[in-house]
Amino acid sequence: MITVDNLKKDFDGLQAVDGVTFSVSPGEVLGFLGPNGAGKSTTMKMLTGFIKPSAGRVSLYGKDVFTQAVEAKRLVGYLPEGAPAWDDMTPERFLAFVGTVRGLAEPTRSQRIAEVIKLLELEPVCGRPIEKLSKGYRRRVGIAQAILHDPRILILDEPTDGLDPNQKHHVRELIRGLAQDRIVIVSTHILEEVTAVCTRTIIIANGRILVDCTPAELEARSRYHKAVALQVPELDEQEVTRALGALEGVLTVEVSPNHAGRYTVVAQEQADLFQPVCQLVQEKKWPVEEIFMERGRLDDVFRQLTSSRKNEACEARVA
Amino acid sequence: MNSITAIFRRELASYFATPLAYIFIIIFLVLSGVFTFYLGNFYERRQAELAPFFMFHPWLYLFLIPAVSMRLWSEERKSGTLELLLTLPISLRSAVLGKFLSAWVLVGLALMLTFPLWLTVNYLGEPDNGVIVAGYLGSWLMAGGFLAIGSCLSASTSSQVISFILTLVICFLFVAAGFPMVLNVFQGWAPATLVDAVAGLSFLTHFEAVSRGVLDVRDLLYFLVMIAFWLLATAIVIDMKKAD
Repeated sequence: MITVDNLKKDFDGLQAVDGVTFSVSPGEVLGFLGPNGAGKSTTMKMLTGFIKPSAGRVSLYGKDVFTQAVEAKRLVGYLPEGAPAWDDMTPERFLAFVGTVRGLAEPTRSQRIAEVIKLLELEPVCGRPIEKLSKGYRRRVGIAQAILHDPRILILDEPTDGLDPNQKHHVRELIRGLAQDRIVIVSTHILEEVTAVCTRTIIIANGRILVDCTPAELEARSRYHKAVALQVPELDEQEVTRALGALEGVLTVEVSPNHAGRYTVVAQEQADLFQPVCQLVQEKKWPVEEIFMERGRLDDVFRQLTSSRKNEACEARVA
Repeated sequence: MNSITAIFRRELASYFATPLAYIFIIIFLVLSGVFTFYLGNFYERRQAELAPFFMFHPWLYLFLIPAVSMRLWSEERKSGTLELLLTLPISLRSAVLGKFLSAWVLVGLALMLTFPLWLTVNYLGEPDNGVIVAGYLGSWLMAGGFLAIGSCLSASTSSQVISFILTLVICFLFVAAGFPMVLNVFQGWAPATLVDAVAGLSFLTHFEAVSRGVLDVRDLLYFLVMIAFWLLATAIVIDMKKAD
């Protein structure tokens, strides 16, 4: 259990984190979202005990991060932003060092090192200095280091940054697998990651929590939630738009400017348009190539939430 | 204790993983040889002693120690590993100590490798080996003082160059504090206790006594207190400047 209580941090008058409160229970994968400079990394640095907050408390399974620092840090596996590692070491030695400091005794240490090396597919680079590794390998070495001692809390700052699509998929699978009985906090600016791995999302901007909900609830905030998209080429655009727009519960019909014959029927609140649209298609015998219901566009929601917020702040400053 | 050892070993291995340790040791040996034989007139003195060898150590350390100490913390700060290190379950004290000890042992190793000189004096005459041992001990303690200063200044910046220069300047002040030309500035007007205090702060004053074979507890204590003070300052600086 992680409890964060009214956490604040100001850097020389700049309020980086401004009263953040939340708690996380085992089994949850919490996605930390926010524009650059929103206070994500600063919050993570305070959660892991790297920097001291100006005010507020963080407790990890009852251990205060600042008064019981060493005990609290034992519970955590942490991948800092940018996956830093000592460049002159090989992954093998690096893991051995982290294992020793983490208090893993032989033979457990060697066993665990072998396990994480296998899990993150580091075998080919085990004996090569970390400075010579590609970005993807570096990142995976960082993740290996974080999960080495099988921590109850795993905090990962941008874990898939710099990975290719296969590796991204692999790491996400890994995170999902690890989540069973522990707490995972992932900071990211990749929105697809949230739907892929997280059970809960916190969006933070200007140091404050804007939203704390499940990814599905977040999608529901999108104006495209339950919108019906269909692909009908070879037809008069205006006629189709008119016919779709006449259906009950339709807010607007959007025609894609760069995709010929692509329509998005945006629903009014609570309206379920899928059946009516299908019926219409059958009646009119439109040669539909594709039809599906959108779940909502996260990037849309994200932009809406974080930019309106920024405008408010600007206005407040002007006033 | 366990974590100090782990950090100590990691650091020491990293010195030898790069050419740094070898370059340091070779330059130290070459320069100490040059100083002893050419500037110190080792042979012309016709005395079986290592005084001309130890005499130049403060000056040798002045340039070589900052080169070792500059990377202690600056590099961690620059590459972001500081965050990794300080979120591991170790105390800041262990990290500071482990790193300092590794650098101190590296210098100690370089110092030990000057043993051919000791063999030479023993071959040429009958030196007082007690004095020589005291000299080595004093020199190593003084190196610790320089390193502790370097550790603190390295913690204050992410630039190794700035760390090098600052360490050099501060160490120079501590060496020069015992010089007549510095003390003369104070002598005319300042009370005698202040002059003594300034002279008492100097590495030279304390090192000279030790290198002559006079093992005074106060001199040894001076270096140990210096080390403790600057290492404490290192920890405070790191704690204060972590977020930068």
